[in-house]
Amino acid sequence: MRSETLKAALISLLLFLIFIGAWHLATLPKKSTALAGADAEYAALMGKGAEKAGGFPPPAQVGQAFVTYLSDPFYDRGPNDKGVGIQLGHSLGRVALGFFLAVVIAVPLGFMIGMSPLLYKALDPFIQVLKPISPLAWMPLALYTLKDSNVSGIFVIFICSIWPMLINTAFGVAAVRRDWINVARTLEVKPLRKAFLVILPAAAPTILTGMRISMGIAWLVIVAAEMLVGGTGIGYFVWNEWNNLALPNVIFAVTMIGLVGMGLDMIFGRLQKLVTYKE
Amino acid sequence: MSAHFLTIEALKKIYPAAGDKANPPVFEDIHFHIDKGEFVCIIGHSGCGKTTILNVLAGLEEASAGTVIMDGREVRGPSLDRGVVFQSHALMPWMSVLGNVAFAVRSKWPDWSKDKVAAHCTQHLEMVGLGHAIHRKPAELSGGMKQRVGIARAFAIQPKMLLLDEPFGALDALTRGTIQDELLKIVQATHQTVFMITHDVDEAILLADKIVLMSNGPHAKIAEIVEITMPRSRTRAGIHHDPQYYRIRNHLVDFLVNRSKTYAGAEAEALHDAKQPPLVRPGLEAEEPTANIFVLPADKPAPQLKKVINQ
Repeated sequence: MRSETLKAALISLLLFLIFIGAWHLATLPKKSTALAGADAEYAALMGKGAEKAGGFPPPAQVGQAFVTYLSDPFYDRGPNDKGVGIQLGHSLGRVALGFFLAVVIAVPLGFMIGMSPLLYKALDPFIQVLKPISPLAWMPLALYTLKDSNVSGIFVIFICSIWPMLINTAFGVAAVRRDWINVARTLEVKPLRKAFLVILPAAAPTILTGMRISMGIAWLVIVAAEMLVGGTGIGYFVWNEWNNLALPNVIFAVTMIGLVGMGLDMIFGRLQKLVTYKE
Repeated sequence: MSAHFLTIEALKKIYPAAGDKANPPVFEDIHFHIDKGEFVCIIGHSGCGKTTILNVLAGLEEASAGTVIMDGREVRGPSLDRGVVFQSHALMPWMSVLGNVAFAVRSKWPDWSKDKVAAHCTQHLEMVGLGHAIHRKPAELSGGMKQRVGIARAFAIQPKMLLLDEPFGALDALTRGTIQDELLKIVQATHQTVFMITHDVDEAILLADKIVLMSNGPHAKIAEIVEITMPRSRTRAGIHHDPQYYRIRNHLVDFLVNRSKTYAGAEAEALHDAKQPPLVRPGLEAEEPTANIFVLPADKPAPQLKKVINQ
């Protein structure tokens, strides 16, 4: 088992090196063939003869961006020049707040829906219509009513995280084994105690699955939302660097988004493992 | 009739039908009673509503008609006065063995201190021979051990009456035997009133004071009540040396194989009064005339008969 993990890690490393190598070869500076025939002055004007070749940045250049940004992640030199740590912090803060609000609403509401088939049927059409709406489609309405781009970003995270959690909580609560409910009934367990000691632990794995899906979606959405509303955050950072045509920085930011997303997913994976029970 | 600890009168259950056509009642005219300290088993083919009767007694299901009176009070809804052992043990897998029993104990005595609850639970778990496993999770236990926890949980709340829904149905024969012995010992020591569903004729004879025989459903009724006349101090090892044992066993098997379907219809109603089901004592019956049946006990292939009931 251990040796298999080791082998897999070695293969991963190898694939990564092949990828970097291929990238490096593909972006080697080409000798400018157009230069020979054309007027040298014209060529200089077009930037052809210049040292910095256009096109996709080679890995070395991207690596340099990694070093520069990661060596000083928390500097703040005005609204358009902040360290990547600060930008990620803004994004994570929005995600955390929107996600937390969604938990506060979705888990109790999901509990009620799961307990009451009537409520489930009554709310189902709303959930079915609201669920497939792209969270970014809410942005104009949010901006208009909330009148604050930061709050609107949080709202978008809230609205996209709520559905998987709501549906999973309702499903988990509705699917709690009849036997456990009956045990609680024959023991005359009070409703609140039953909710916290029987139904919640029984449904916790399903609820956590919903939270994990929600967090994944929230992290996808925050980048797009920040590109729209601007100001701060990793999404804005990507957009800003695109406007600067600084592709190495864009690649660096994209990688960071991936790494942070992986970290978030791992946290929820751990939590899920913690509440999962073996029957 | 109110002198009895538990009285069931005219109990009837109709399950709602899917279409317009009304379902026939699963059972009707169920009358019987249980006295304090009695161990009553109920036997009948699948579909006669045994589990429904138990659920009504537990308060988990409502009967369509009829009343259940326990200790002078009508049974309405579940109560801590009645402990239930479920067929599927129904332990909460996220709690330890001790946690499962403590959950029940704290429901009954919410103001007990932590130590008192733990001591009480441990005592009841030791009673079923699980003193060494109290901190394990149910998933780490065998089927028999899980059911023991279920029994300990039911006893720990010291109910006035214990309801067992085929508690040993899912266990292998050897495990079942040991737990039957343990249950017998505990019940004999505590004089607990018990109502138990079983499919196992031998189990019923070993444990019960009275066996309620139900006819086949729908329209199931109590066909008769068999009194076990053997002394209470029976053991699994010695019970088959008692000549009464085979008489009772043959009576029960004969009922299940041949007679249980003959209680439906008008002519049976004229002969059989469901309000006063006959109380029979096959163990004492016909000492002389049937004595010759036992001349060749090898001719009585009892296990074969058992196969027929389990069909």
